[in-house]
Amino acid sequence: MKTASKDLTAVSMVKAALEKAHHYQPDYHIFTWINDAAIKKAEEIDRRIAAGEKVGRLAGVPYALKDNFLTPEGETTASARILEGFESPVTATAVKKLEAEGAIMIGRTNLDAFAHGSSTENSYYGPTKNSKDLTRVAGGSSGGSAVAVALGIVPFATGTDTGGSIRQPASFNGVFGFKPTYGTISRYGVVAMASSLDCVGFFAENTDDMDLLMMICAGQDSYDLTTLPDYYGKEQVFDDPVKKIAVVKDFDNEAISPEIRAALKAEAEELRANGHEVIELEMPALKYALAAYYIITPAEIASNLSRHDGIRYGFRSEDSGDLTALYQNTRGEGFMSENKRRIMIGNFVLSSGFYDAYYLKAAKARTLLIQEFDKAFRECDFLLMPVSPNPAFRLGEKVNDPVAMYLEDVLSVSLNLAGLPGLSVPVGETEAGLPVGLQLVGPRRGDRELIRFGGEIHKNSAAGSTERHADIMGGKD
Amino acid sequence: MEINQETVAHLAELSNFSLSEEEGKRLESDLAGIIDYISQLDELNTEGIEPTYQVFEMENVWRPDQIEPQEADREELLSLTKEVRNNQIKVPKVL
Repeated sequence: MKTASKDLTAVSMVKAALEKAHHYQPDYHIFTWINDAAIKKAEEIDRRIAAGEKVGRLAGVPYALKDNFLTPEGETTASARILEGFESPVTATAVKKLEAEGAIMIGRTNLDAFAHGSSTENSYYGPTKNSKDLTRVAGGSSGGSAVAVALGIVPFATGTDTGGSIRQPASFNGVFGFKPTYGTISRYGVVAMASSLDCVGFFAENTDDMDLLMMICAGQDSYDLTTLPDYYGKEQVFDDPVKKIAVVKDFDNEAISPEIRAALKAEAEELRANGHEVIELEMPALKYALAAYYIITPAEIASNLSRHDGIRYGFRSEDSGDLTALYQNTRGEGFMSENKRRIMIGNFVLSSGFYDAYYLKAAKARTLLIQEFDKAFRECDFLLMPVSPNPAFRLGEKVNDPVAMYLEDVLSVSLNLAGLPGLSVPVGETEAGLPVGLQLVGPRRGDRELIRFGGEIHKNSAAGSTERHADIMGGKD
Repeated sequence: MEINQETVAHLAELSNFSLSEEEGKRLESDLAGIIDYISQLDELNTEGIEPTYQVFEMENVWRPDQIEPQEADREELLSLTKEVRNNQIKVPKVL
């Protein structure tokens, strides 16, 4: 991506991004807050460049921040009423690393409240619209970030992915979305959803940018003791350009839209034509991943969200009488329906009498799933799967049917349960012009090789050839 | 497991939030649908399988017991709440 220099000022880059943000905001509702003061930071970068000082690898690059990353700039709301007015005194580790390299946050992006959702319709501030079709959802939960990159407002945006919240909106909007191996990027300063699954990741226009963002943000952090010892950029490099890719047979059925299945088959053919080996694998435990996910995740959510009580920060329901009523009214008014459903399911599966049948059972299913993936990666380098069963659906189509909404995550949640990296690669469009993405999955710590190969898949896809054509025609700068 | 208004009220109490009557009704069918879906795990044979709670099975990650300078001081943290008295957060009566 372009960085600021003597010829290209940070002020001009940030100004252009802010203008686009304001231009698109009324129709698409991408941001919960636009940071007009970003210009001041850009001026500082330009001053340093003029003075011949060293500026970072992202000097002057405007970016959008999912509104569940804590920084003192603006309110951190997680698109939830209960965090209304919360001005964080601390800064997330990932944000510190980006800004140390000169990146400039131009706005906070909309999400499903507390990242609970697959469409960004569960935001207290209203839904974000799809970048290609205003009548359709942006995907979620990181919908605002995906649309900000897809509309060309910023070259990259942050996201979080607990069950597909980066990969699915990336595929709904035709951009790259990467969920790293669990523990690769610090979760410090990120509003917690389900701590054993939450990952910080990015939306970007290409895989070179994604690699750079990972180089900058990956790494062990003493503020998040679940971070892995540094490995990104230090992995063994595999010289063999020929890869063995497995397609999972179990998902080749009517639960997945015909256009997405066709895109997967076309890509498998393309890979074969380019000299790679493509095999088919059966993974029977995969179909239980969603049930296990919707037990483990709500259980962790119920615990994590118990901290929001109206006492120390954020929204508080007034005139509640005693303390118990204050808690109950604050939480009753401050959470969205989907937050409540998940907290209640969490407390249900953890309650005595049901713990063994649900929570413990799901934790065992998680082991089986991990074993199945480990076995698969003994037979192949990568798995290639759809990201979601359907392209972007219509606003309002699923928001009142929680199970139908959950089923949108059926192909993405298994990676989080197993801690695996996954890249959503834009490969083409449906007849109706909606973007289609495929998910490339690798073994734990295989992130960098995965990103590199994802770039190759994109280049050879229908989406990649359209871009090449646009480049030749001079349609793209 | 049957979900009725009584179980909804019990779960809301465990979850520490109030529900409107309309919300309670909706949640009854929503929760029943979700529990029905997740119950399909019954089909999966997990005999002899150990549970996983954390993918890297990390435990006891140590760091030196040194106090590091914090990003936020007491005054800043107290400024986030609604009412402060004598350098403490004021809350409604507990009992």
